[in-house]
Amino acid sequence: MMDILMRFSSQLLSGAGLTLQLTAIAALLACALALPLAIARCSDCALLRWPIRLFVSFFRGTPLLAQLFLVYYGSGQFRAELSQLGLWWFFRDPYYCALLTFVLNSTAYQIEILRGGLRAVPHGQVEAAVAMGLSRLQQYRKVILPNAYRIAFPALGNEIILLLKGSAVVSVITLFDVMGQTRRIFSQTFDLSVYLWAAVLYLLMTSAFVWFWRCLERYLTRHQRLRQAPATLTAPAAKRVSAGVSP
Amino acid sequence: MDWLTYLSFGDAGWGDELLQGLGVTLALALATLPLGLLLGLAVAALALFGGRAARALALAFSTTLRGLPELLTLFIIYHGVGMGLNALWRWYNPAAGHIELSPFIAGVLALGLVFAAYSSEVWRGAWQALDGGQREAGEAMGLRRLTIFRVIELPQLLRLALPGLGNLWINLLKDTALVSVIALSDLMRMANIAVGATKKPFLFFLVVCLAYWLVCLLCEYLLGRMERRANRGQRMGGAAA
Repeated sequence: MMDILMRFSSQLLSGAGLTLQLTAIAALLACALALPLAIARCSDCALLRWPIRLFVSFFRGTPLLAQLFLVYYGSGQFRAELSQLGLWWFFRDPYYCALLTFVLNSTAYQIEILRGGLRAVPHGQVEAAVAMGLSRLQQYRKVILPNAYRIAFPALGNEIILLLKGSAVVSVITLFDVMGQTRRIFSQTFDLSVYLWAAVLYLLMTSAFVWFWRCLERYLTRHQRLRQAPATLTAPAAKRVSAGVSP
Repeated sequence: MDWLTYLSFGDAGWGDELLQGLGVTLALALATLPLGLLLGLAVAALALFGGRAARALALAFSTTLRGLPELLTLFIIYHGVGMGLNALWRWYNPAAGHIELSPFIAGVLALGLVFAAYSSEVWRGAWQALDGGQREAGEAMGLRRLTIFRVIELPQLLRLALPGLGNLWINLLKDTALVSVIALSDLMRMANIAVGATKKPFLFFLVVCLAYWLVCLLCEYLLGRMERRANRGQRMGGAAA
């Protein structure tokens, strides 16, 4: 059990590196893409809304593995055209194909999550922002988005964990992430314990992420705790003010 | 050859093979569902009403299986249970040859465990949302624990858990594609074989995606109707009414 870990620890760790790298890059790119698309998804213009709805529905309604095959193997059918466009180097590489698939997939999920967040922003706050004469951009930057992201934050964390777990499918297209390394080591040794070590590695990665995300969430909601704490301290002062106002 | 020919039924096209694969995919999902639902309900019961050890076990079960990639769980079950069976078989009959665990059974076991882990959380949430006074009323009427569960709790649990379980069912349908990696002849693998023969990967994987999409949309529609039926007679909030 231990000797497998000793012998192959460097492979497993490099696999973990690839898994984390793919997940992080895809999640960040998807985050950048999802925001404008989520806002467009909530717009009144049906021509903007419907293509995004279709995109989200497609990527949420099909298996990640099938999407990966569609991009990686499917692009081979258009090799001549893609070479002509100078894009073949991209689609030839399983790494870029995996990244593209994950970005598209995660964007679809994040749009849906952000849409929920945007919808849940209390309407009174938006009205208050309008009443204060904030421009549309300022409304989003100062009032709507901070609220929406705070509401969507736990769900976004779940989505990134799903992406981390889902990234194991890249082992099928010859990439050596944790899963790929594990399968290779198993085919050399036929020792089942390597799968258990891979399980430990995945659990470590997900729990570390959960911890990181919780810290981040505590940081983002720090004002809510700050507001509660002095409220109890300054209660007498507040009472005094209200007593002064009442006739 | 025109793309319609590739998808036609009969010897020339792959339509019938793909349809067969879709049948295997659906059969796998349907065979997994009862295992996942019942095991999940049992784990939820342990987590809520079990002793300290049982609760810890239930928590470990659902946390671990929800933290692992489904593909890894599938491989652990496929190779692990396969090796275990072989060891058992050789112990019983040393002269026996190697036996292979069928990918279908491995798929049902692995996806069933994953489904159980997720559904145990859904069941637990629904159970906690039930008014405890109802159980007490049942006890006051002298009903046995099992009868209380069957007659009072389960019908309400089903209604409360339905949205969550519906999402899990859609996820299960999509996860079945992973079992093609251990050579189950499902929709995904049939498309792989067709691609190998015809060199038209985009066409076939697009058709596969569309097939999954269609099935998922259909299930979503049916689940929506089931939810509406389950909630008939319930007073809804202003938004839902």
